[in-house]
Amino acid sequence: MTLHTPVTQDAAQPAYNYAYLDEQTKRMIRRALLKAVAVPGYQVPFGSREMPLARGWGTGGIQITAAIIGPQDRLKVIDQGADDTTNAVSIRRFFEKTANAKTTEATDEATIIQTRHRIPEAPLQAGQIMVYQVPQPEPLRKLEPREAETRKMHAWAEYGLMQVKLYENIARFGEVTTTYDYPVLINGRYIMAPSPIPKFDNPKMHMSPALQLFGAGREKRIYALPPHTSVKSLDFDDHPFRIQSWNEPCALCAAADSYLDEVVIDDQGKRMFVCSDSHFCETRREDGHRGAMLADATSSGLVGESKL
Amino acid sequence: MYVAVKGGEAAILATHDLVAEARRGDEAVPEISVAQIREQQGLACARVMNEGSLYDADLAALALKQAQGDAIEAAFLMRAYRTTLPRFGSSEPVDTARMAIRRRVSATYKDLPGGQVLGPTYDYTHRLFDFALMEASNIMVGLDPTISEREGEPHSAEDARVRPEHDAKPLDAHMPRVPDILGAEGLMEPEEPPEGDPRPFDLTREPVSFPADRDVRLQAMARGDEGFMLGLGYSVQRGYGNSHPFVGEVRVGEVSVAFVPEELGFAVDLGDITLTECQMVNQFAGSKDVPPQFTRGYGLSFGHSERKAMSMSLVDRALKCREFGEAAEYPAQQDEFVLYHSDNVEAAGFVEHLKLPHYVDFQGELELIRRIRREREERLARNQDTLPEAAE
Repeated sequence: MTLHTPVTQDAAQPAYNYAYLDEQTKRMIRRALLKAVAVPGYQVPFGSREMPLARGWGTGGIQITAAIIGPQDRLKVIDQGADDTTNAVSIRRFFEKTANAKTTEATDEATIIQTRHRIPEAPLQAGQIMVYQVPQPEPLRKLEPREAETRKMHAWAEYGLMQVKLYENIARFGEVTTTYDYPVLINGRYIMAPSPIPKFDNPKMHMSPALQLFGAGREKRIYALPPHTSVKSLDFDDHPFRIQSWNEPCALCAAADSYLDEVVIDDQGKRMFVCSDSHFCETRREDGHRGAMLADATSSGLVGESKL
Repeated sequence: MYVAVKGGEAAILATHDLVAEARRGDEAVPEISVAQIREQQGLACARVMNEGSLYDADLAALALKQAQGDAIEAAFLMRAYRTTLPRFGSSEPVDTARMAIRRRVSATYKDLPGGQVLGPTYDYTHRLFDFALMEASNIMVGLDPTISEREGEPHSAEDARVRPEHDAKPLDAHMPRVPDILGAEGLMEPEEPPEGDPRPFDLTREPVSFPADRDVRLQAMARGDEGFMLGLGYSVQRGYGNSHPFVGEVRVGEVSVAFVPEELGFAVDLGDITLTECQMVNQFAGSKDVPPQFTRGYGLSFGHSERKAMSMSLVDRALKCREFGEAAEYPAQQDEFVLYHSDNVEAAGFVEHLKLPHYVDFQGELELIRRIRREREERLARNQDTLPEAAE
């Protein structure tokens, strides 16, 4: 059987507006973004469009990026911290196709960084925009399933239920057992879901010089953190918030302060820990940092030669 | 370069080739055409038009072909296309009383103006395989000769290609809807537009808020998953909702759609669409101010899709609990539950997103569970050292 040639999409491209969405829709999204920036942490309902990518696969982030991207922008797309996970590749291809987007893997070169589940390790700069893909924008949803109720709870800043939940965690396990999507208090007012980033990344949001935008396509909500906004991870005085730590540094670049992924390397329970932020790890290796297993990993083909 | 997370680009290109190959199947078998799907898989096309919220049988057939017959994937294709189409405006309301009837049955009256019209239905077929369909092409076999032919006529099944003779008597042009007949007697809850008859909400352009009004609910259910609506409707009937419904009427047929362009100022006929409408008659006790009246459940769907329209009409009535001051105790009575979870394109997206990598979050959980277990063991060991006598 022969492989079918995939149908070329180029013929269809002129049928779509720049960055796929029509200008009216972009305007609607920008209005929602302005409102979101004006009320940090507040979830603004918006007329989320049905996108050609699946709901739950980043359509909220894609709509925000489509509404703000221009020809001068440089886009970085990451999933799990890496530029080359399949869904990040798919989203990057979408913008290359529909917006002729210039793309990059370098965090410091990007003007827009669309992300799922991570904030890059390299500090963000003023002028950069983070676009988060959000599956569940409502931090109270697991405590109260009804939207009509959670909107009231936010309006009245009635957040006792969340504190009780954290307390019950401590009573049962000795600590708060939320490890990602850890709730944060924005500007002393709204409790916000930071999207399922590990709590390791929460401190990076606090007073960040970058603009941070959050899009939930399926749930039809947009929210935002303007630059230099206070972001406090909820905790108790006697149980302060703390982030994940590992007993060993990255096996490839020896970084001791980055978020690590665990890679199972044989069926005897042997593991290696490597940076989740692939660009951060590559940059460190190019700068000459060598982790304990870099030589092994290179010889076994697990790690290729530097692209430079 | 770290290979375990790289290589996504090549894999994605390869999977597009593989899916095209899987779609075509064995090349020794002739490829199916879109026209064949449109004409011979009409009920599947109707489902895709409903859940894709777009009346276009050709595109529905194309979507089914492209999606290998996966109805939800096909609906997804329809919606992703629909979202790019410009909106010219809203049509005039369609008048289903003037429908060119193909089928019309009422469970509440033995006979009624316009009569009962059985039309094409699987209802009274015996679900026995018709192996003749497997063998030859171009045959006209009735599913069950006793149904597809009139009583008292000799069977023409000898030559299956002979189209059975149907009663050709023309049907009445106007068939009053059963709820209207009841309404004339004052026994039926009137169906009145809200104050000022505003343009219906468009949930594909604006975010829904709750409690949702009836136009939003009906719109969401019309595009909702048939299986989900069926299950909810069934739950209402079985006891998770207090419903005592009668099928006032189910009708299937063609209605014309008219549109008033602003520059013309009068209605222009855009063409006909096939619709299925179900009006369910439900009991209601009335109140101090309102004498007892039957209440309505309404279902409307594209194409011939009775199961969908009937399920929808059951859930529509259940969702009216707020209007009638009934307690909303069951899932089918809760608008948030029904509206958020009936959308199969959204539901499929979110359920299936679990396939995406989650190893960053999972690593957070691993780090936590290992630490909690380690700390627990340390605590137990310490307790054993200090309190060797302590009983559990």
